[in-house]
Amino acid sequence: MAVLAEWPLLLTGIAWTLALTAAAVVVGTLLGIGCAWVRGRGFGATLAPAWLQGLVGAYVELIRNTPFIVQLFFIFFGLPAAGFRLSAETASFIAMVVNLGAYATEIIRAGLEATPKGQMEAAHSLALTRSQTFVWVVLPPALKKVWPSLVSQIIIVMLGSSVCGQISTQELSYAADLIQTRTFRSFESFIVAGAIYLLLSIALRQFLNWAGAKFLFGRR
Amino acid sequence: MKFFSLSKRNVLLTLTTSVLLAATGAQAQNALDDILKSKVLKVAVQTDSAPYGFVGTDMKPIGLDIDMANYIGKKLGTAVELVPVVSASRIPALQTRKADLVIATLGKNPEREKVIDFTAAYSPFFQAVFGPKNVAVKSFADLAGKTVGVTRGAMEDQELAKVAPPTTDTKRFEDNNATIAAFAAGQVQFVALGASVAGNMMTKNPQLSSEYKLLLKESPNFVGVAKGEDKLKAKVNEIIAEAKKSGELDAMAKKWLGRPAGDLPI
Repeated sequence: MAVLAEWPLLLTGIAWTLALTAAAVVVGTLLGIGCAWVRGRGFGATLAPAWLQGLVGAYVELIRNTPFIVQLFFIFFGLPAAGFRLSAETASFIAMVVNLGAYATEIIRAGLEATPKGQMEAAHSLALTRSQTFVWVVLPPALKKVWPSLVSQIIIVMLGSSVCGQISTQELSYAADLIQTRTFRSFESFIVAGAIYLLLSIALRQFLNWAGAKFLFGRR
Repeated sequence: MKFFSLSKRNVLLTLTTSVLLAATGAQAQNALDDILKSKVLKVAVQTDSAPYGFVGTDMKPIGLDIDMANYIGKKLGTAVELVPVVSASRIPALQTRKADLVIATLGKNPEREKVIDFTAAYSPFFQAVFGPKNVAVKSFADLAGKTVGVTRGAMEDQELAKVAPPTTDTKRFEDNNATIAAFAAGQVQFVALGASVAGNMMTKNPQLSSEYKLLLKESPNFVGVAKGEDKLKAKVNEIIAEAKKSGELDAMAKKWLGRPAGDLPI
């Protein structure tokens, strides 16, 4: 089949899609945890300075209320006018981190705010500091509660990376588009790309479900 | 877990079967009859390739290609419905029957001839590499290590791949507007574009101080028809031959390109 004959292109595409997703997941989730702490009632919202809360609030609303492709185009085509020229790959990475970070903030915040008060009081009575309480007592069960939604959001970001091909990042959709223009076999190109995305999504979901339980919040 | 892997195999089987089925689909040769019966000619045009096909101030497509579409429609005695496409979706528009004809700065090459048919040429066109005035480029070898923006699926993409050194970094974008935006933003050092498209870009963006560098290919525009639609192709060829004789093609070229159509291949 003409499409599968172009397997080096497809492999490069898969590698870029996975690399971008992996980097965006790590940085984006950390960003989300930080911002969720700032926004969470009973956490940063009572501790973080007002300007920081305002900043994080504006960031979350701005990103969650604009389309990903507009954010991406702004970073790649818009920012050079302000003197920031980023390669297509860096622009894609930043767009994905910024996008995932905003959604992760709200998802993780929901988990933080669901922490029973007694649990925090117990931590305080054991003389744990505020930061110890947050990292060891509050965060792990909070992540466990919201993990399925967070994993879904990560999958959405991975599938969303398909538009990064528009700015010439060589991810999977870019490969499929290129194969389609070379072979004129639209049906096969896109069904192969679709099947690969399907398998990647299933594999990534299984991996994250396993990794979350193993490394982040343990088995309880 | 067992049920899960089973269903995954089923999905793959379904996919493979549908691919095989699609490959054997037969196509009927009655496009011309259908057009004459419905009194509507669907023509795929580009809206990012001034002066061939672009959007006027009233947001309607105008240009040489649109004039050509209307001319053919008039000769057939049908209304013309314009179907906007980008470079990479021109040939799929024919394959999926979204359009009866493609009149969108479509050049002819052996790869394309395998999947669609071409009529006679109707307007001149050439593709070239453009870049900043302060960077000297004498031959394609000078493009080594440079980034060049092209529109994916355009003829420039294939032509550039043939002549540029392997270290040239080709960045592909969705349509001419995105390619031009990338060049204007400094994301690529050079662009390979159709000459008139680039001419338009340079007039609109004098701050880029860019100029013509290298000729890629002289490649006149043809009308694309779906593979095997010989009756439709013959009819359009008849109309083009007539327009050539009556001076209509020259008039169109003069109106939009500022020069006559010249010697066009059949």
